[in-house]
Amino acid sequence: MNLTLKVWRQSSPNATGRIETYEARDIPSEASFLEMLDIVNTGIIEAGNDPIHFDHDCREGICGSCSLAINGVPHSKESGITTCQVHMRKFREGDTIWIEPFRARAFPVIKDLMVDRSAFDRIIAAGGYIDVRTGSAPEANAIAIGKEDADDAFDAATCIGCGACVAACKNASAMLFVGAKASHLNTLPQGHAEKDRRVLAMVRQMDTEGFGNCTNQYECEAVCPKEISADVIAKLNRDYAAASVREVVE
Amino acid sequence: MLVGFLLGHMTGNLLIYQGRKDLNDYAYFLHHFLHGWGIWLARFGIIVAFVLHIVATISLTRQNRVARSSQYACNTTVQASTSSRIMIWSGLTVIAFVIFHIFHFTVRVDPALASMKDPADPSRHDVYGMLIAGFKNPLIVLFYLVSITLLCSHLSHGIASIFQTLGLRTEKTRVPFERLGLAISVLLWIGFLSIPLLILTGVLTDSELASMASPEAPAGLNP
Repeated sequence: MNLTLKVWRQSSPNATGRIETYEARDIPSEASFLEMLDIVNTGIIEAGNDPIHFDHDCREGICGSCSLAINGVPHSKESGITTCQVHMRKFREGDTIWIEPFRARAFPVIKDLMVDRSAFDRIIAAGGYIDVRTGSAPEANAIAIGKEDADDAFDAATCIGCGACVAACKNASAMLFVGAKASHLNTLPQGHAEKDRRVLAMVRQMDTEGFGNCTNQYECEAVCPKEISADVIAKLNRDYAAASVREVVE
Repeated sequence: MLVGFLLGHMTGNLLIYQGRKDLNDYAYFLHHFLHGWGIWLARFGIIVAFVLHIVATISLTRQNRVARSSQYACNTTVQASTSSRIMIWSGLTVIAFVIFHIFHFTVRVDPALASMKDPADPSRHDVYGMLIAGFKNPLIVLFYLVSITLLCSHLSHGIASIFQTLGLRTEKTRVPFERLGLAISVLLWIGFLSIPLLILTGVLTDSELASMASPEAPAGLNP
């Protein structure tokens, strides 16, 4: 396949970025999108130039490292997959592909297509955990959990923290991410004891990091590689409202 | 609160189909219940809600624009509805419409509309006649048509959003609330716009004149 790439190049966090055009020649249709970039980078390096920088790790849709907005859609228009799971057979000969970093003030560009998503780590550190005594693991089946609750918690727990929800949102809101992480723990009895503290701390950290507000367009759930529903946002809103009231009156 | 006001306003407006007396009685009641304080209490509540809605919108929009300060060179929408994407434009149109509507039928800057008296009781204003006369102008009806359509577009996204933002919906009630928002919007669109459209097309005429011309005709409707 022969393709034209329009790629965002930015040499450093404070440099002015720009779109540059590259010709991708003789790309196998069975190659993955990241392999295509590897091939293009090989040519760039052989020509003595700076290769296109992008994040990647497991390349099997688990780690959440790969990002990229492909033709304006995080992880591409294909639903339920990460960028590393996109294959070139999804494109047509001669296509022009726009490749940009995830765009949000809370995800500053490090270089080219790499962005700093450590804001998510700080939200998790604020409350995305449960306090347990370590060293003497309790019997796993000691606390009975209903199938529905277990399923809901697991659905929320599939979030890999890739940040596509933020990148797709026109307000760069992190509500789907925070909703998934809070819902995962709040649904289970082990997480219930710290529910109010968790929700308040995570939402406040989210605001501190500079993420925007949800305007219920649900672009986030459309691009989520794990297809997490915006139901978790409604649940987060409900839990936050209840926690806020209890914080005042109790 | 604003949605409740719109439903109440539309229901009151529909009294035009019962004829001049019922509509003018309703208008007289609105201006005189609680010794005339009632309408001002209602207006105060609506104005406060309206202003808070606008202030909150400005505040949130500013935060959102800062949060997404850089835009994609290739901007693509995956599933956001058209109504949700034009909220700012439909909202600004509604503000312009509300100002026009107040000057048109509440302040009545047009002396011809302001001076209309109820033939059955010349001491009170003839709201029925005012509507018939006010909607004779096609340009005004067109402005109402565009504005109310955008208002209903605004509501179709906004009503469902109330339940999402307040956390009042669940997985099971997501679609029912979205349909409720759409149903209320369609109901308001039909209820509000039927009046100017039927007046402009001559179906709804001045019942006094119509009944004089054709005594057998049902009040308000010119067959």
